Amino acid sequence: MDVTAPLGLLAELTHRCPLHCSYCSNPVELVSRSAELSTADWTDALSQARELGVLQVHLSGGEPLARPDLPELVTHASGLGCYVNLVTSGLGLTEPRLNDLAERGLAHVQLSVQAATPDRANLLAGAKAFDRKLAVAELVKASGLPLTVNVVLHRQNHDQLAEIIALAESMGADRLELANTQYYGWALRNRDALMPTRTQLAAAEPVVRAAVNRLRGTMEIIYVVADYYEPFPKPCMHGWGARQLTIAPDGTVLPCTAASAITTLTLDNVRDTSLADIWYRSESFNAYRGEEWMSDPCRTCDRRTTDFGGCRCQAFQLTGDAANTDPVCSRSPNRGTVDLILAAPSTPDLIMRGPAR
Amino acid sequence: MDTITVASVPKLRTGVRLTFDHVRGVHVLLFPEGVLVPNSTATAVLQLCDGTTPVSGIIALLEGRYQGVQETDVLAVLARFGQRRVIEWT
Repeated sequence: MDVTAPLGLLAELTHRCPLHCSYCSNPVELVSRSAELSTADWTDALSQARELGVLQVHLSGGEPLARPDLPELVTHASGLGCYVNLVTSGLGLTEPRLNDLAERGLAHVQLSVQAATPDRANLLAGAKAFDRKLAVAELVKASGLPLTVNVVLHRQNHDQLAEIIALAESMGADRLELANTQYYGWALRNRDALMPTRTQLAAAEPVVRAAVNRLRGTMEIIYVVADYYEPFPKPCMHGWGARQLTIAPDGTVLPCTAASAITTLTLDNVRDTSLADIWYRSESFNAYRGEEWMSDPCRTCDRRTTDFGGCRCQAFQLTGDAANTDPVCSRSPNRGTVDLILAAPSTPDLIMRGPAR
Repeated sequence: MDTITVASVPKLRTGVRLTFDHVRGVHVLLFPEGVLVPNSTATAVLQLCDGTTPVSGIIALLEGRYQGVQETDVLAVLARFGQRRVIEWT
């Protein structure tokens, strides 16, 4: 098949993070500080990514501000012609730091928000973070950079959806991502506590629709559905190895952020192999590209070019074989597994994320 | 803004960058979570959206460089990018 150049790179600079969110999609086993790529490793990887075709660079983590070399990496990525996006908790983002990053070419800030009220938000983040986020939103707006507010939705904040939208509006967000939790990494542990109810999702639908219409032209709202409740899977990553790649803090290169969950996949590291080799020729990036790997029902399904069989990581996690149809799909023989999960009793107890070593 | 006239002044929205991608050999519009590849006509128009030049000025500049520039075409390009939130009107 024809493999086209990637457009985006998710650069997970570190797994260290001041928040302890129970819905964290990073792996259960985090990369320790001592195993992180060096500054030179990252600048080289960013240069390779640009030559490969990457235009969007998402500096993420963990908390990317935990890396002292963040300013240098922003300068480098921006100088290469990339659109540099900072995905942050906001903690540690002071006015001088933000203005410095903006001068170095930072293009966009994505700020996480956990809930609409301080008590709830701080409880869900496992840190006193709410007030700081309000201050950071103001700083970003004052700097002239576009601001996206990222909210992960789940059973324990869905009731605040309307207030969350109002909060993002008051922050002056240009974009608001409302993403129902995706169950990977640490979040999978908390699935029973995080899974929204059918009632919550039904209540959310008109609230989101009204807000999208009311705020059109002012604040763009992106709503990511709770896929377990859907009849068809998400078009995960727009297809495996199609548009974006992820580099984990230790240099592991992933076709999707959650792909380390697929334990049968042999992953390459940018310390040993060039990004171009990994993108075009590696076993991991070619494993589920195109349609060759598909089995029934995907192989002959009229939706295979729409959703690409759904999510490989989810297929692996729930059926044990990453080449199976995403079991969320109503046409999957394993849909019963998902229905059983949805029927399971919920627990109110969240297991908060511990710190990276 | 619904009605665009030759007196309107377009500029790239905050966060939108127009740049040349040497890897693909095309101009690209970059913005939060998105990439667009404008065609050569659109690129020529967008490069002149500086927040000070009105549409009439943009048309005059284009006429100095290309033959057969149509006011309606330029307005249509700008209206389309306005809808896609690439440009805004000052």
